[in-house]
Amino acid sequence: MRRFTWFNATALTFGFAFLYLPMLILISYSFNESRLVTVWAGFSTKWYGELLQNEQFLKAAWVTLKVAFWSSTLATVLGTMAAYIMVRAGRFRGRGLFSGMIYAPLVMPEVITGLSLLLFFIAIGLDRGVLTIVLAHTTFAMCYVSVVVTSRLVSFDRSLEEAALDLGCTPFDAFRSVTLPIILPAVISGWLLAFTLSLDDLVIASFTSGPSSTTLPIKIFSAVRLGVTPEINALSTLMIGIVTVGVIAASLVSRASTIKARADEQRANQT
Amino acid sequence: MAHPRPEVAFAPWDDPEAKPLIQFKNVTKRFGDFTAIEDLTLDIYAKEFFALLGPSGCGKTTLMRMLGGFETPSEGTILLDGVDIGPVPPNERPVNMMFQSYALFPHLSVWDNIAFGLKRSAMPKDQIGDRVEKMLKLTQLGKFAKRKPHQISGGQRQRVALARALAKAPKLLLLDEPLGALDKKLRHETQFELMDIQETTGTTFVIVTHDQEEAMTVASRVAVMTEGKLAQVATPDQIYEAPNSTYVADFIGDVNIIEGTVEVPEKGAADTAVTIRWANHKAPINAYSDRHLPAASSVHFAIRPEKVAISSEAPEAANVVEGKILDIAYLGNISTYHVEVAPGMVIKAQATNNRRISRRNLTWEDHVYLSWTDTAGVVLTE
Amino acid sequence: MNWRGRLLILLPYTWLLLFFLVPFGIVLKISLSDIALAIPPYTPTMKDGLWTMLSGLDLENYAFIGAGAVFAAFLGVAALALLFRVVFPRVRRAMSFDARHGLFDSVAAALIALAVALVNVALVAAVLSVLFPALSGFIDIPDFLYFAAYLSSLKIAVISTFLTLLIGYPIAYGMARAAAHWRPTLLMLVILPFWTSFLIRVYAWMGILSTEGYLNQLLLQIGVISEPLTILNTNIAVYIGIVYTYLPFMVLPIYASLEKMDDSLVEAAEDLGCTALSAFWLVTAPLSKPGVIAGCFLVFIPTLGEFVIPSLLGGSNTVMIGKVLWEEFFNNRDWPVASAVAVILLLILIVPIVLFQRNQQAQREVDG
Repeated sequence: MRRFTWFNATALTFGFAFLYLPMLILISYSFNESRLVTVWAGFSTKWYGELLQNEQFLKAAWVTLKVAFWSSTLATVLGTMAAYIMVRAGRFRGRGLFSGMIYAPLVMPEVITGLSLLLFFIAIGLDRGVLTIVLAHTTFAMCYVSVVVTSRLVSFDRSLEEAALDLGCTPFDAFRSVTLPIILPAVISGWLLAFTLSLDDLVIASFTSGPSSTTLPIKIFSAVRLGVTPEINALSTLMIGIVTVGVIAASLVSRASTIKARADEQRANQT
Repeated sequence: MAHPRPEVAFAPWDDPEAKPLIQFKNVTKRFGDFTAIEDLTLDIYAKEFFALLGPSGCGKTTLMRMLGGFETPSEGTILLDGVDIGPVPPNERPVNMMFQSYALFPHLSVWDNIAFGLKRSAMPKDQIGDRVEKMLKLTQLGKFAKRKPHQISGGQRQRVALARALAKAPKLLLLDEPLGALDKKLRHETQFELMDIQETTGTTFVIVTHDQEEAMTVASRVAVMTEGKLAQVATPDQIYEAPNSTYVADFIGDVNIIEGTVEVPEKGAADTAVTIRWANHKAPINAYSDRHLPAASSVHFAIRPEKVAISSEAPEAANVVEGKILDIAYLGNISTYHVEVAPGMVIKAQATNNRRISRRNLTWEDHVYLSWTDTAGVVLTE
Repeated sequence: MNWRGRLLILLPYTWLLLFFLVPFGIVLKISLSDIALAIPPYTPTMKDGLWTMLSGLDLENYAFIGAGAVFAAFLGVAALALLFRVVFPRVRRAMSFDARHGLFDSVAAALIALAVALVNVALVAAVLSVLFPALSGFIDIPDFLYFAAYLSSLKIAVISTFLTLLIGYPIAYGMARAAAHWRPTLLMLVILPFWTSFLIRVYAWMGILSTEGYLNQLLLQIGVISEPLTILNTNIAVYIGIVYTYLPFMVLPIYASLEKMDDSLVEAAEDLGCTALSAFWLVTAPLSKPGVIAGCFLVFIPTLGEFVIPSLLGGSNTVMIGKVLWEEFFNNRDWPVASAVAVILLLILIVPIVLFQRNQQAQREVDG
C-alpha cells in the first residue's frame, strides 16, 4: 500500500508547474496582438500568418524535415544492425572498440562531435550541405537507436528465432519474419527518437551545414540571440503543438493495444 | 494430520478465566466500496500459534496488517493486552512482522538486518551485539552474518527475516505466508523449525497462510476465513474432524459431500441419531448429529475418503453402498478409488497400500462395496 | 561466421570508424598544428608530405590554453579523492566506536578527512615544486581565459547538478508514491518536454527572465520588489535553464530505482521502530542511490560541454568551455586552439563517463 501524502502532492504540483508553466506562457503570448512581446494587447493570430509568409523559415523547415527524414531512416537501419550485432554476434575481433563507439556519442558534448565532423569533411574535401548534415546526424542518432533496440532485443526470447530456424527459415528469413515484427515497436520508437533529435539539433548542424542548407534550429537560434520575437513564439507554439499531439497519440495507441492485449488474454483464459 | 500436543493440554481458549492477548471487537475494514473485513470478533491468547487460513482475497492479510499497524480498522477496536492499539503507529507497537517478501534490506548485511530494529531501540550497543549473536545462533545463521541478502539462499533469507522480527522480543510476531517462497521439502523442515522456535521463545505467533496443510501442522488454533468473515475458529483436529460448514469441510483436505434430506426418526432411536435419504432406491445414511434436525430439512453429509472402506464383498457396517470403480489414483502409500454409486454420483474411498501392486485385487470396472460407521461423518446444515 | 554475418558487422562498424573515430584523429592532429592564414587555416597539412607534417606537430596550443595547469589540478583532485577515501573510514571508526552512525557523525568525519587530505596534497605539491622547479613551468598559464573556462564549467555543472537533484528527487518520489494507475500519465508528463525542442525550452525562459519579462512584471505587481531584477544574462539564468532542461534526466533514473523498490521494505523499517523520516534515510535513500548517481551523471556530463544555454541565458561573464570552443572556432577561426580545447574537454569528461559506466554495470549485476 503506497501512502500518498500532502508532501508528495506538493512536490508533484510544483514540479509539473515548473516543467509546464514556461511553455504555457510562451504559447499564450504567441497569440498576443502587440509586437512588444511582454505587453498583452489582445488576442490575435496574426503572427502565425506572418510566419507562413516568411520564406526563409519555410525553406529552413523544409531542409530540416528532409535532413531529419533521411538521417533518422539511415540511423534506424544502421542502429538496428548495430544492436543486433551487440546482442547476437557473440565475440568478434574489435567488439570492445565497437561497443565503445556505439556508446561514446551518447555522452559526447555536441560541440566536440560537431567540430570533429566538420574538420573531417574539410579534410576529405566534402562540400558542406544537406548531405554532410545527414551524415553527421545519422552518426549520432544511430547510437540512440541502437540503445533503444538493444534493450528490446535483450528481453527477446531467443528460442523464437531458434524455432523459426528449426522450421526451415534461413537466418535472414528468421530475422525478417520473426525477430523484426517483435522488435518493431522498439525500431519505430528508435526512428521517432532519431527524427526528433535531428529536428532538435542546433550545435552539430551549425558545424556541418553550409550556407545553402540552414536548418530551422540554426535559423531560430540566430533570431533568438537578438531577443524574444512574436514570430518565434508562434513557431515554438506550432512545434510544441505538433510534438504534444504526436506523443499523446503514440501513448494512446500503445495503451489501447496493451489494454486490448490484456482483454484478449482474459477472454482467452475464460473460454 | 493433526499435531499431537503435550499431555497437559494448552487450551486457554477453553478457560473462561484466561485473559486474551489480542481482542478484535466488531472490527470492520473497508477499502472504498470493498469490504475486506466484516464485523469480526476474535480473541487470541498469549503463547498461541494462531493460523489465519483462507483463499487469497479472504481478508486474512488485512487482518494481520491491522495488527501490525499498517491498516486502521474502519469500525471496531483492536486491543492488545487490554489496550486499544488503533492510534499506535507501527514503529511503537510491541509487534513485529515477518513479511511475505521477507523485505530484507538489500544494502545491509545479515548482521545489520537483524540489528536494525535493536538499533532503533534504546538498547546499549554491546547488548545489541549479544542479542544479534543469540538470534544468529537460534536460526543457525552464524556463518552468514557478513553476507548480503542476495548472497544467501531462499531458506536462509527466510531465517534472517525471522531472526530480524524476533530480535526485539515482540509480544506478538506476525508471519505473512512465511514459507510461501520455499520448495515443498524445505517447507516441511522449516515448519518444524518454526514450531521449535515458537516454543523456545514463548512468543505469540500469528501466521497467515493459504496452505491448509501448513496451518494444520504448525498451529494451536486455526481460523478459517472466507469473504471477510470467520468461517470457523478451532483446533486443527476439530476443524478436520468436525467442520461446521461444507465450506470448511471442503476447504480442509479431501471430502465427500452428499446432499440429502432428514427422515422422520424411528421410534426409540437415540435423540442424536439422524437418517438421511440421499437417493431413491438406496439405503439412507445413518449418522449422528449433536443438534436436533427437524424432519425433511435438507442437509449435507460430509465424510473423509480415508474413513470410507472399500471391499469386494459386502461387509457388516452401519452404512453400506454398492458401486463401480471408475478411477484409481495411485499415490504410493495410499490409493484413492473413485466409485460411482449412482448415475453421476461419485464417492471417494482411500485405502493404504500395504500389499505389493500385483497382489491387490481391485481394479477398474470392478463391482465393490463402500462402508463406514455411523460416527465417521458429520451432518452439516450450512 | 559466414559472409553475410561479416557484412552485417562491417557496415555499421565502418560507418562508425569513418564518421566517429577518424574525425577524432583529425581533431587530435589539428590540435598539434599551428594556425595559419590559409585554407584550411592551419599548418602543416598533408600537402607538405607526411614526414614534414609529423615533425611539424607540437604541443604549443596545449601550453597556450594551460593544459599543464588543468592536468595538475586534475591530479590534485584525484589525489585528494583517493586520500579522502583512505582517511574517511578510519576517522569515522575512530570517532564513533560506541555510538550509532548518525548523519552528524558522518558529516563531521567527512570534514576532518577532507581537511587531512587537503593538507597532505598541499604539502606534497609544495615539496614537489621546491624539488623540481621545472614543474612550475609546466603548469604556467599564458592565457587565463581557458583555465577559467574549465573551472567555471565545472562549477556551473556541479552546482546545477546539485540543484537538479534537489528539485528532481521530490518529483520522482511523488511519482513513485502515486497510485499505480496514475504513474504512466505522470511518466509521460515528465518525458513530454524531452521530445519538445531543447532550443524552444531554453528560449521560453528568455521571455520570463528578462528585465521587462513576465517574472519581473509579476513580482512588481505583487509588490515584492520595487526595481526589476536582472536575472537574464547572469549565471542564475544559466542555472535555471540547466535545471529546467535536464530535469527529466534526473527524475527518470531516480523514479526507476524508487518504483522497483519493494514497498514492504519501508513497512519493515517502520515495523522495526523507524519513524517515517528515519525509514526514508535508512532505507529509501540508500536504495535509490544508484538512480541518484545515474541521474547526477546524466545531468553533469552534458552540462559540462553545454553551449546553447550559456549563450542564450548567460551573460558576457558566463564563461563555459563549450561556448569558448564555439567562439574560438567561428569568431577567431583559430582551429588548432579550438581542437586543443576539445581534446582537453574530452579528457576531463573521461573520468565521469567511466564512473557512470561502472555505476550502470554494477547496477545491472545487482539486478541480473
